[in-house]
Amino acid sequence: MNDKTLHAVPGPGAPITEADLHAYVDGQLPAVRAAEVAAFLEQHEQARARVQGWRDQNRLLREWLAPVADEPLPLRLPLAPPPAPRRWPAMAAAVALAVGSAAAAWLVRGAVDSRAPGAVVASDAAAREAGFVHRAAIAHAVYAADARRPVEIGADQEQALVTWLTKRLGAPVRAPVLAQAGYRLVGGRLLPGGQGPVAQFMYASAGGQRLTLYVTREAAGDKTAFQFAQEGAVRVFYWVDGRYGYALSGEVDRGELMRVSTEVYRQLDGLPG
Amino acid sequence: MRADDEALIVACIPSLRRYARGLTGDRERADDLVQDTLERAWSRFSRWQRRGELRAWMFGIMHNQFIDSVRAQRRQPDIQADAELPEVAVRPGQADGLEVRDLDRCLLQLPPDLRAVILLVGVEEFSYREAALALDVPVGTVMSRLSRARERLGALLGARPTAVSTLHRVK
Repeated sequence: MNDKTLHAVPGPGAPITEADLHAYVDGQLPAVRAAEVAAFLEQHEQARARVQGWRDQNRLLREWLAPVADEPLPLRLPLAPPPAPRRWPAMAAAVALAVGSAAAAWLVRGAVDSRAPGAVVASDAAAREAGFVHRAAIAHAVYAADARRPVEIGADQEQALVTWLTKRLGAPVRAPVLAQAGYRLVGGRLLPGGQGPVAQFMYASAGGQRLTLYVTREAAGDKTAFQFAQEGAVRVFYWVDGRYGYALSGEVDRGELMRVSTEVYRQLDGLPG
Repeated sequence: MRADDEALIVACIPSLRRYARGLTGDRERADDLVQDTLERAWSRFSRWQRRGELRAWMFGIMHNQFIDSVRAQRRQPDIQADAELPEVAVRPGQADGLEVRDLDRCLLQLPPDLRAVILLVGVEEFSYREAALALDVPVGTVMSRLSRARERLGALLGARPTAVSTLHRVK
């Protein structure tokens, strides 16, 4: 940092340096200094052209890379800390899940407790359920936090969104209307699930709080009651209704999530398929 | 490991993928890089002290992995050297798709250190200080690399023949 021309934060009134121009483009100057640079640029055409060139570079780079955020997450990415060393990799999936991840173990145990008191090994259905709930919570954490591209298709094209998701899931899907509950549809996206595509609808409250509804066909089975799970800051209510498994996720308290889940359930109950 | 920290790491994934794609210009290599980064992050997290700087820490891990892989590649001649540059997803209907595809070629001609800075600052909107933390260099070095990166990228973009995209070899 000895180079005077590349000092990051010069004081007010100091001569405008190249570093100021970069910091101006990158929005990293205090307001006073930014105003001085703006005034300087009014007078200096060459500097103005350079600044514009750098802005164009930023814009081009962002446009080039923006679609990456929409690509499905490769399933091989480790989305949780590694398990304690696994000694029996060939064991049944349900057991591997229970051994493999504390979160999954918690979920599987929860599912077992609620169904078959005394059972030692989770049923396949419970394991599948635990898998989809875990994936729903991860998908929520990833996309609800994405300020730029939270959804693939926005709510302004709701009909196209629903048609597309229905086609890809191979069964009718629709986005419940949650305006009464205080949430509007932001849009949706298609994600890889455990055994095929799943749909994620995103909702937002007026305050910017996001909820996601994860709809999968891989948990098909009987009806189940609402069940609750938590992964990190993300709370999830999930249930299975005929051919669909649903998980509503959000970083809201349990009561709020329950309230909205009830509304989703009311609207989607008995969806044909 | 606290569940909140887990969620914070997972939340970095979209921007890590974007950065990896910019660094490598290749989908497969980028996702390999993200995978290695996450594995390393999970295994080191418990020993990591500077809790406030999670994003810089994650990107720092990725940067080191990337530099290691670049060095490893240099040691063995790259058999793919003259292969077509990988195709990069371009949003349909994007008017300046050709311009964007040109950009990835120009960017990949920058030395990795310069590429890293221009991506962190220009795309991921890192502060200069945060970029310095991630790259483990002084802020002054970030600024001088940024200056060189922009100058060279500007020259490359300006020098490209406008017809280059149409002459682009088709496999």
